[in-house]
Amino acid sequence: MEALQTLTVHDLWTLAPEFALLAASVVLLVVEMFLPARVNRDLIGWLVMLSLAVSAALVCAHMADLQASGEPAVSVLGGTYRVDDFANILKLVVLAASGLVVLLSLGSVRREDIPIRGDYYSLILPAALGAMIMASSAELITLYVGLELMSVTTYVLVAMRKSRPSSGEAAFKYLVSGGVASAFILYGMSLLYGATGSTGLGDIGSALAGALAGSSDHPFERLVDVGFYLMVAGFALKLALAPFHLWAADVYQGAPTPVTALLAVVTKGATFAMAYRTLFNAMGQDERDLVLPALAVLAAIAMIVGTTGALRQSDTKRFLALSGVANAGILAIPLVLDLSYVHTSLFAEFVYYLIAYVFMNVGAFAVLAMVERAEGQTGLDAFAGLYHRAPWTAGAMTVLLCSLAGLPITGGFFGKLLILFGTVQTRAYWLAAILLATTVVSYYVYFRIIRQMYMRGGRTDEPIRVTAPAGIVIWVCALASVALGVLPRPILSWIDAVFSLSADLMVR
Amino acid sequence: MLEAIPVLSLITWIPLAGALVTMLLPLRNARALRWVAGVFTAVPLILAALLYAEYKPVIGGGSYEEAYTWLTVPLNRDAAEGIASLELAFDYLMGVDGLSLPLVLLTGIVSMMALLASVHIRKRWKTFYVLFLILQTGMYGVFLTRDVVWFFIFFELTLIPAFFLIGIWGLEGREKAANRFLVYNGVGSALMLLAFLILVATAGFTATPGAGGDMLRFSGSYDVLLANLTGSGPQTSLASDPIFHLTDGMKWAAFVLLVIAFGIKLPMFPFHTWMLRVHAEAPPSIVMVHAGVLLKMGAYGLIRFAAQLFPDELRESATVLAVLGVTGILYGAVLAVVQKEFRLLLAYSSVSHMGIVLLGVASRNDIGLTGAVFQAVSHGLIAALLFLIVGSLYERTGTTRIDELGGLAKSVPFMSGILLTAGLATLGLPMLSGFWGEFLSFLGLFESMKVLTVFGVLGVLLSAAYMLRGVLAITFGPQSTRYDGIKEARFVEALPMVALTALIVLLGVYPSLLTDPMQQSFEPLVEAFKSGVGG
Repeated sequence: MEALQTLTVHDLWTLAPEFALLAASVVLLVVEMFLPARVNRDLIGWLVMLSLAVSAALVCAHMADLQASGEPAVSVLGGTYRVDDFANILKLVVLAASGLVVLLSLGSVRREDIPIRGDYYSLILPAALGAMIMASSAELITLYVGLELMSVTTYVLVAMRKSRPSSGEAAFKYLVSGGVASAFILYGMSLLYGATGSTGLGDIGSALAGALAGSSDHPFERLVDVGFYLMVAGFALKLALAPFHLWAADVYQGAPTPVTALLAVVTKGATFAMAYRTLFNAMGQDERDLVLPALAVLAAIAMIVGTTGALRQSDTKRFLALSGVANAGILAIPLVLDLSYVHTSLFAEFVYYLIAYVFMNVGAFAVLAMVERAEGQTGLDAFAGLYHRAPWTAGAMTVLLCSLAGLPITGGFFGKLLILFGTVQTRAYWLAAILLATTVVSYYVYFRIIRQMYMRGGRTDEPIRVTAPAGIVIWVCALASVALGVLPRPILSWIDAVFSLSADLMVR
Repeated sequence: MLEAIPVLSLITWIPLAGALVTMLLPLRNARALRWVAGVFTAVPLILAALLYAEYKPVIGGGSYEEAYTWLTVPLNRDAAEGIASLELAFDYLMGVDGLSLPLVLLTGIVSMMALLASVHIRKRWKTFYVLFLILQTGMYGVFLTRDVVWFFIFFELTLIPAFFLIGIWGLEGREKAANRFLVYNGVGSALMLLAFLILVATAGFTATPGAGGDMLRFSGSYDVLLANLTGSGPQTSLASDPIFHLTDGMKWAAFVLLVIAFGIKLPMFPFHTWMLRVHAEAPPSIVMVHAGVLLKMGAYGLIRFAAQLFPDELRESATVLAVLGVTGILYGAVLAVVQKEFRLLLAYSSVSHMGIVLLGVASRNDIGLTGAVFQAVSHGLIAALLFLIVGSLYERTGTTRIDELGGLAKSVPFMSGILLTAGLATLGLPMLSGFWGEFLSFLGLFESMKVLTVFGVLGVLLSAAYMLRGVLAITFGPQSTRYDGIKEARFVEALPMVALTALIVLLGVYPSLLTDPMQQSFEPLVEAFKSGVGG
């Protein structure tokens, strides 16, 4: 590695979106302490929204800079941190998702549930920061720092409902499983470092492609494979890919609903970013052939287990946790497809589905949060008669559930269609078959909620009050889901215009 | 006249616009809502009728076609060199021909009649009409689009409203029926989507030389697929390229997937179980649409995709299809004979009659295919009429069990008369429309498979047995005193009954009204069958 470099002013500009979040989170934590008790802590929430928006604006400015300069990427700190379009696109997704989660929290969190709301809001910032670092790192240690920053923050967030034992239990389970995931990933990283002598993703990749390729008697070759397997297992744990998903249902159920949404979309998106970066860069073709089939099998199991598991769940949060397991499997498909065929840019179909997933999932959680507020419980039967109690919200939920089920004409449908087209084009028919089979079962799964909403009578007929911020989240998500389905073109063209596999995802 | 306006899009989207209007208008009153929905149902019907009148089979539907760019997904070009563009294109393509035109008009007629029959709906009118209008857009779209992904979208668009319409307004077992409907049709559409994507990824490929290199695209356009699959498109030159080549095995796989997908919808024996429940549980106006139009989407898909795209595969599997068709005819007929519930009798009768469609397809000649479409349209009208009466009777008597009804001809002579006519049309009495569909299908099949035709005709004899048993037991026989006071059909009920009966008689005495537009439609297909024999 080159000699360590000092940060220059220009580097500060490159890191500005991250620094904006860092500064805001520190300042807001301090402000919270000195703010008189009579001031509504929602103020902190709105300031968090503001800082997320500032950060997003800075990311957009970076994208414009990159586009104007014609350079594929700007890297700082000796090539360990990279600002390219891969990172920028995912950062925007993470920031938008965090923004929706904060807005949802503003509309749903009650004082009796989370007494320290000021801290709660400002802790969402480091989580988003960690996710952004994961999207941008080109080096193992930096990646790990981002991962831990995000994870540790979310452990705390899960435990925020201090009065409920289930919240603490969930946090403990999440801490243990997250710790195991980190350990797997870290051990895998250490093996890669040991075999190649570098922590830079590009260096590892070229070392494996050059020195190790073909030399089957190389003493470290198997160790490299083991390293990758360990990392894949760690990613799978973090993503809740079955059979590494057992923590998900408990954690989702115990955590405050907006935090559950945060876990479902931000953690997942960032871990996928990390997986893309590592697996595409550090692997040679030999490793791809050996390790990716394992990930493909994990994706298949996740789709099957997630969908069939959700069939039996009677609690909406556990239900959505298992739906998240299935969706993680779907999102993992583009990652494992063969590169040698011509098809959608792998990344475009992934990002498209991720964006659709963020909207449909956060939207569903927002509706759930409103139902939970009114009913005090999250069972599927809490949705009974929702059509009579809040017809417009029921309509929005129907759209969101159709998107989750992959029914036209929604974002979820197109995301699945593009991923499916990729599998068919690369002749991965078995994955296509499993994706389709689980999709059909998922019609039944998601329509269970729809049946409750439209065909069952509720406990009462009194209208459910939807708070303004939550209403905004619900409708932004529902309308975005429809818009993504009716007009998928702008986003896809935009990704095509700014993103190129070789220039943006690859580090070297 | 109609060429100047995007008539196909108007027919398709006006109901959806109606759904939006209905949703936003502050109306609570059932009558007012019915009027609004009626207007948005009538306009497409009028347009479809005008289109039908104006259509010239010799010219074809080319002048009505619409094509707009909708979705082009740029594909990754990192690995490829020397090409200007590489994209996946799903365009908005609409077209009409002799195959789809009769079904479009059928959709309009049955929808209008079902709307009139919706007076039986007792609750949540607004939602009902919104869903009903969305359902119409889906049905029109299925018959009019020329892009496989749009076809899939419209196909699914019928699924969601139909699920609600069955599940909310049906009888006691409605939720189970709706679930079964959803899952079976979901399976069908998943198989269909897989087959479509296999085709798009192979036969949908076109390369156009351009200034900056070749412009490559994968397209879902039906015309591109047809040209490439039948050997007249640019794809033939790429047949050796392993990336774009569609192997014989995959061709068979796609064909079988399509046959099963549309076989579920048709329904083809043994995939028929789901529709029995729907027939038995759904509200009358929805069964009218379901039996009248939704099942016909299966027939349409079979001819449009399975037969026209894969003439070789169809030729080799024609016997299998014919055997399945005959099995369906006999199975449906035999079970219809023993049913005690009139709705189920009609449901099994539908299985039986849809088997005839399969025979027409398997015949692979002009007469048989015309017969298949004729049968689809005719059964659509008859089934709609039968379920309309069933709905009206149920409204008055609270039952549709054959043994609980009887002697209704005394108290409701008009409805009984219509029921008798519909029954006679079902069993294929000449001068009624049911006759021609069966006659042409069997005539077509007789050319190639004489023995199977004989077995098929047996099923028609059985249909006389079950239909007469059911209809006569209801209209004549000892009258239960319970039904003495029941009232004759109201005007809103009588109007669709008379209209449908008139159409059935009209097609019976003047069948070329329906066969004329179809004249030239099957020629390329029949040519493909013939040319395949030598090569």
